[in-house]
Amino acid sequence: MDQAKALVNREYKWGFVTDVEADSAPRGLNEEIIRFISLKKKEPAFMLQWRLNAYRRWLQMTEPRWQHVHYPAIDYQDMIYYSAPKQKKDGPGSLDEIDKEILETYEKLGIPLDEQKRLAGVAVDAVFDSVSVATTFKEKLAEKGVIFCSFSEAVQNHTELVKKYLGSVVPYADNFYAALNSAVFSDGSFCYIPKGVRCPMELSTYFRINSADTGQFERTLIVADEGSYVSYLEGCTAPIRDKNQLHAAVVELVALEGAQIKYSTVQNWYAGDKEGKGGIYNFVTKRGKCAGHRSKISWTQVETGSAITWKYPSVILQGDDSIGEFYSVALTNNYQQADTGTKMIHIGKNTKSTVIAKGISAGHGDNTYRGLIKVMPAAMNARNYTQCDSLLLGSRCAANTLPYIEVKNRTAKVEHEASTSKISEDQLFYCKQRGISPENAVSMIINGFCKEVFKNLPMEFAVEASKLLSVSLEGAVG
Amino acid sequence: MLEVKNLHVSIEGKEILKGIHLKVRAGEVHAIMGPNGSGKSTLTQVLAGNESYTVTQGDVFYQGKNLIEMSAEARAREGVFLAFQYPVEIAGVSNAYFLKAALNEIRAHQGLEELDAVDFLELLKEKMKLVKMDPSFLNRPVNEGFSGGEKKRNEILQMAILEPKLSILDETDSGLDIDALRIVAEGVNQLRNPERATVLVTHYQRLLNYIVPDYVHVLLGGRIVKSGTKALAFQLEEKGYDWVKEREPEAGEGVKTK
Repeated sequence: MDQAKALVNREYKWGFVTDVEADSAPRGLNEEIIRFISLKKKEPAFMLQWRLNAYRRWLQMTEPRWQHVHYPAIDYQDMIYYSAPKQKKDGPGSLDEIDKEILETYEKLGIPLDEQKRLAGVAVDAVFDSVSVATTFKEKLAEKGVIFCSFSEAVQNHTELVKKYLGSVVPYADNFYAALNSAVFSDGSFCYIPKGVRCPMELSTYFRINSADTGQFERTLIVADEGSYVSYLEGCTAPIRDKNQLHAAVVELVALEGAQIKYSTVQNWYAGDKEGKGGIYNFVTKRGKCAGHRSKISWTQVETGSAITWKYPSVILQGDDSIGEFYSVALTNNYQQADTGTKMIHIGKNTKSTVIAKGISAGHGDNTYRGLIKVMPAAMNARNYTQCDSLLLGSRCAANTLPYIEVKNRTAKVEHEASTSKISEDQLFYCKQRGISPENAVSMIINGFCKEVFKNLPMEFAVEASKLLSVSLEGAVG
Repeated sequence: MLEVKNLHVSIEGKEILKGIHLKVRAGEVHAIMGPNGSGKSTLTQVLAGNESYTVTQGDVFYQGKNLIEMSAEARAREGVFLAFQYPVEIAGVSNAYFLKAALNEIRAHQGLEELDAVDFLELLKEKMKLVKMDPSFLNRPVNEGFSGGEKKRNEILQMAILEPKLSILDETDSGLDIDALRIVAEGVNQLRNPERATVLVTHYQRLLNYIVPDYVHVLLGGRIVKSGTKALAFQLEEKGYDWVKEREPEAGEGVKTK
């Protein structure tokens, strides 16, 4: 593996900073700041009240410490909770009104917001620091009755839907970071698919952290009404900064009877440098509720960035015959840490869940899979299949698998399989003997390892994910 | 094409090859025979560039170049191919993908354009007939779930596609039934031409009925102790390796060369 060790270390190429004038809240957190955010967003009274309730609850909570990650204490008073690029008017009406610098940022990231240039079939909501700057293809979606807009806009224009579903899957008191998010969230995406509609294109939100010392707290709410279908993609990057930045998002999915939501993430926040300095703390609560019978929620995630990743996209299988799926690739290189997995809560009858988790550790990376499969007393004939595979590159990294299984119904069948392997010298030699360079051999073997997950990603994303893995792993093998 | 001079090789401090001399010219087929533990596989691995082995002494020249200084992938791109005794499995990587990657890296080295998916598939289908592979094999992961015979046929298929100048076959006949043996031999024979050379490593004379060698060498205790024509293989079959050991007492295990 000596050749592989010598692979060049490419830098994080999304690490640039965009120079825009920002409208920020003062440092620190108190009720005044929350009122400031709510006022900035011209929110209705219920929203402010909800935020304040969350904040008061948060004050009584303590930061969780059970996760298998290590980081210095976060000073919540030394952070900026609201930062928005200055706008000429109250919210951009068209692309012409968006700061040129921001448009260029998204161009650089390969996310052109100009609808003409957009690859066909994907509508994008672009979130820059704390606010949504543009949502493409709105009119086209509106023809089908699909609502896809920034969260702030949804609070204004679709108040009843927000009121009904906000916090219905992740209540503000759910956990420390969810409570913090509920108090200070600034924007995010909102999506509603009406009854029987198959969303005509992929929906996508692209998150970009730009300002220094800001926490990013966005909130995504997706509601798929009866018999509808939506595929949703989430991408993210951040500039290189030597201080850690907190990203504490909340994503809530609601699938009503017969509805299907496919949620895919390629997470590429800045991971910190080779010595482990800087990088994003990605402490996110993602949960979906299969509220109706025969509904289905699939999470597919590729986690390559962040200094620390701590998240468990989960599914509450409430409706009978509902299905929950979780496909994950989590990669830790250098000093990255990840404690990720899922929770599948079986409540309805004949509910099924599948968990395929692939962990790759390189360098001094520390990768933990943590999963909970819970079968409630009423969940007759619940089924779960879990497979956790870890791949180690080098000898200084670690992989842990922590499955929790709670079964309260005798008819349940829960299966768990786990494996840990290394890329063997034999595999590398075999590839090299066929003329394949060590770099390509390693990336081929790793892509093979992740195939079961990648095949669940939309085509474009699968290609991006595969490239991202190669880049993230350069210099990692040895 | 290949010249091995006084090659000494160790692994983990233990000397396995103790002064090998071998000369292979273009167009020739050489068979290397010998009992278990005589160093046959070590020789093939070293020629192919496996870095687990240390060359402590001697030289290997391939088409005038110092082979020992070349990386495994550089050797492969220059036309050295090893059909492995135990081909490894690569989960999640399809045979078609693997072969295309290999072929295109070799073509790039030769200054040729990459083959696109359509042309490649055509080539693959044609060569698959040669080794009687089922088309479903294309989408199966490399060697995963293959029977012993399928793995060996897959090695020959790879060889047929990559068209090496020097093919080294390590015990390709072991574990094959007579039909599979015939298919493998046919594959090798079809590749025989005046520009290419083959080194066959085998335990048994059986394979040599199908692939007729120009020369036969006997490897014992890390050295080639006897060379001859195909007739030598028959003598070995008849009299066993002990016959050579008796005649060449120095070749016994543990004998140190000076």
